Order: sequence, then C-alpha cells, then structure tokens
Amino acid sequence: MIPNLVADPAGPTLADFGKDPLWISIIKALFIFVFLMLGVLFGVWFERKLISRMQHRYGPNRAGKFGLLQSVADGLKMGLKEDILPRVVDKVVYILAPVIIAVPAFLSYSIIPFGPMVSMFGVRTPLQLTDLPVAVLLVLAMSSIGVYGIVLAGWGSRSPYAVLGGLRSTAQVISYEIAMGLSFVAVFLFAGTLSTSEIVAKQASGGTWSLGGLDIPLPSWYAILLIPSFLIYVITMLGETNRVPFDLPEGEGELVAGYHTEYSSSLKFAMFQLAEYVNVFTVSGLAITLFLGGWRAPWPISLWDGANTGWWPMLWFFVKLVLVFAFFIWVRASLPRIRYDQLMAFGWKVLIPLNLAWILLVATVRALQNARSEQPGSVPVVLVIAAIVVIGALAIYFRFDTVNQRRREAKAAEVAADMELLDAEPTAGGFPVPALDLPHYHGVNGRKEVPSGTN
Amino acid sequence: MGGHGSREPETGWSTVNEYFASYAVVAALLAAGVAVFAGALLASRLLRPDRPTPEKLTTYECGVDPVGEGWAQSQIRYYVYTYLYVVFAVDAVFLFPWATVFAAPGFGMTTLVEMFVFLAFIGLGILYAWRKRVLTWT
Repeated sequence: MIPNLVADPAGPTLADFGKDPLWISIIKALFIFVFLMLGVLFGVWFERKLISRMQHRYGPNRAGKFGLLQSVADGLKMGLKEDILPRVVDKVVYILAPVIIAVPAFLSYSIIPFGPMVSMFGVRTPLQLTDLPVAVLLVLAMSSIGVYGIVLAGWGSRSPYAVLGGLRSTAQVISYEIAMGLSFVAVFLFAGTLSTSEIVAKQASGGTWSLGGLDIPLPSWYAILLIPSFLIYVITMLGETNRVPFDLPEGEGELVAGYHTEYSSSLKFAMFQLAEYVNVFTVSGLAITLFLGGWRAPWPISLWDGANTGWWPMLWFFVKLVLVFAFFIWVRASLPRIRYDQLMAFGWKVLIPLNLAWILLVATVRALQNARSEQPGSVPVVLVIAAIVVIGALAIYFRFDTVNQRRREAKAAEVAADMELLDAEPTAGGFPVPALDLPHYHGVNGRKEVPSGTN
Repeated sequence: MGGHGSREPETGWSTVNEYFASYAVVAALLAAGVAVFAGALLASRLLRPDRPTPEKLTTYECGVDPVGEGWAQSQIRYYVYTYLYVVFAVDAVFLFPWATVFAAPGFGMTTLVEMFVFLAFIGLGILYAWRKRVLTWT
C-alpha cells in the first residue's frame, strides 16, 4: 500500500476493501451505530416537526430548544418504565423478536458508501465499512431476515390482532421485496456489478450513446437514465418499510397496532420503532447509492474540483439522505392509506409485470448497443426479438383488457338488475329493512313532518 | 485479522483472507449489534420497576376480556403468497449474476435469448397465479 494522501477521484473499488486494520473497522462500525442511533433520535424529531408544520401545528416544543430533546426523553422513558409481559405470550419468541428485527436493520448499513478514499489517522481507507461482490444482495437478505422478526412478534404475542397484523405485514413486505429486487436488475445491467462502491463509481460520468453517428451524452445518475426503475423503487421502498401510504400493518382502525400490539411502550417497542426508522434510512441510503449518484456531488457543486475528494462527500451524502427522508414525510402528510386488496393487487399485478417488461426492454437496448460495436451482423436479430416481445406483450394486454371489460359489463348489468328488483320489492334481498313509508321530521323545534320518499 | 493481508506478497491465501475479511466485518457488526441490544434489554430489566397484576397481564382486546385461545385462525391466502414469494424471489436473484456478466465480451445474443426464455417462464407463472385467482383479494 502506497501512502498516498491525495484522494483518488475515481473512488474506491472492491479491491480496496478487506484491508483495514482492526481498529479502523471498529471506528467505522462505531460510527455507523452512532450515526444511525442519533439519526433515529433526530429523525423522529424532524419528522414530527416537519409534519406538524405541514398541518399548521407547532409539533414538539417543550423538551430542549425547539423540542430537540423530545425523542431523547421518550427513549429514556421507554427504557425505564415497567415492561408488561402478558401471561399467555411465548416468552422466548416474544423477547427474541425485537432483537431479530433490530439487528439486521443496522447490518445493511455496513455496505452503504459514505465517501471516497480518505486518510484516517494516517491510514488510507474508503469511507464505507465494507463492500462485497454481492453487496446489494446483502441488503435484500437483511430485510428478509427482518421479516422473521415481524412474523415471530405476531406469533409469539398470541393475540388475534398481533397474528393478523404480523401476517399482513409479512405478505406486504415480501411482495414489495420482489418488485424491489427486480427494480435493481436494470441498474446491474448498466453497472455490471453488485458492489455498491463500484455502482457509485459508474455514476460518475454518463458516457455517450451513439445513435446514427450522433453522440448523445447520457446522464450520469441512474435515477434519470433508468427512470422507470427508479419510480418503481421509490414505490417499493415505501411499501418495504411499512410507511404511508402502505402502512397497513399499523391500520389502527382495524388492527390496533398490528404485530406490536402486545409490546406496550417499553424498550422492546422502542426497538421496533428504531428498526423501522433504520430501515427507512437504509432504503434511502440505497436509493442514493443506486440511483442518485451516491456520495458524489450533484451538478452545480461538482464543477468545483475538490467536491468529490476527501471528507466533503460525506456532507453531500448526508444532505441527500435528509432530502430523501423529507420526501418520506412529505408523502406521509399528503397521501391517505390505501386498502389492503389494492396494495397486494398493485404489487403483483402492476409493479412486478411492469418491472419484468422494463428489464427486457433495457436488456434489448443494451444488447443493441453492444451488438453495434462488437458484431454488427446481429443487430437485426435483436430487433426481431424486440418486436416479438412488444407484440406479445400488447397481445396479452389486449386479451386481458377485453376479458376484464366483459367481466365489468356483466357485473354492472347484474348490479343494475338487483337494484331494479330491490326498488320494486325492498325485502327481496333477504335483509330486514325499515319500513320505507314511515314519515320523518325536520328541524330542531319545527317538528315539520316530511312524507316518505323525500329528503 | 483484516490488517496483515495487504503486506504479504500476493499469494492465493492472502487473496482468500482479504475476501473473507470483508465478510468478517459484517459478522463482527452482527455480534456487536446482538451485544448492544441484548445489553440494552438487560440494563432496562435491572432498572425498571416490575409490579405485575393479573389485569395488567391479560391480552389486549380493546378493553374487554380476551376471547378464545389467542391464536386466531387465518386465511390460507397468506401461505400461498409465501410460496409465490419463494418462487419469484429466487427467480429475481437468478437475474442478478446474469445482469452483471451480460455486457461482458463473449456473452452475446445467446445470453439475451436465454434470459428472454427464462423471464417468459416467470411471466407464465404470474399469469397462472392470476388466472387461478390467487392474486385476487375478496
């Protein structure tokens, strides 16, 4: 290793990892823990403050200046108050579940790149705890393990609400995880790697796309280049973290608090809360890394030569993280919760098929690009394949559309016939109905009698 | 454990060590995480009051006495979704290595056509589940 204090603008690659002395690794791991813990404490404060501003309220403003210490006070209270262990719960599973959900949430952050190579106490090291050839897969794996925490919390509580909430939440998270995994494929097609540091490096410069002798410069962020993937990812990251508008597991009108109903506000509940927010930070960090250029400075700042060197990129990463988190809060303030059947239908019938079709399209375009430069003879083959795919997809779509249309018309005709029958004979549906010809009264003191059939 | 790999000459073993050092950090973070949370639970157990009464320890059912044994029966639909998840998540993971080598030289048209066939099978799977009304929530 050559002690080189000038940071490499191209950023670290996979070969730069796994060489840190132990104490550097410990510093980085400690930093991730502290960063995420403080992030949750002030993230909760930030969310409450921002959402109350959006709703014309003040939000927390008692504990500390601007209510900054509100979450600290809440956390302390949760650690020190009595913890109720209901009599019927499965004790081992019940206590294990919050740990199973909280620990993997932290692990995902080990592969999120915060910055390029820096000199840390004289050791040249990347600002990222570790990187793997399968780094993005690690995040997906960790979120799958987190699902175990949800299932076990619901099952171990032995309460109907908790079981239902656990099942619902699990079905939702795993459904959206498939769409999430598929939305990464287009990124891997362009980056050619699963390693997060190299994906960030690939977004440094866009390259060009030669179309009929014309060189079109491609944008460098995958969010712009692969905008359908990015939009699908944004939707799935809301579903994956159980946030509004997909916060069905916490549909308090239906399920009390879902899988953590039996965890009264104790430290165990705090761990669920912590895991939820850390997961939000993880999917935000992944969005930044895979789609929004990672720690690299956005355009006006990147004109400055020093923008992507040294410790500055940590600032850009942090600003991007705050902005993505603010987007989560904005969505929460704007959108209502959607219905559960709509949620599942959207995930399986819209997101996944759309994703598959988009992957095929991206792969074809990529193959076309490669074919142009390598084997010009195969261009017609690719075009034929693309035509077959487009025609096939359209045929399937129209077939489904006609069937659905026919079904909808039949349903409407059925309902209309029913309504007609019930109009003529109100008791025909088999339900007891009030006598429809009874008079009723209007006004407070007028007692004005209104005949039946009018309002 | 991570430190000495880089100073040795590049032999096969040091490469393997470096490779696993990346994973060792993840394992170490896992151990640290378990220790932190288990420690927090233990500390809270030592510090908090504990005065249980029979009423406090009942299952929450919106203020009325709990009915039944606790575990409510649920629809089989969730189980079917779990199967679908296993099938499609594994399929999605198969796409990852393909996506990384796709543009490499030597993987020409054949790779593309193979993946089209593979994705067609996945698409058929979704259509089958759709047709069987597994995806419909009534």
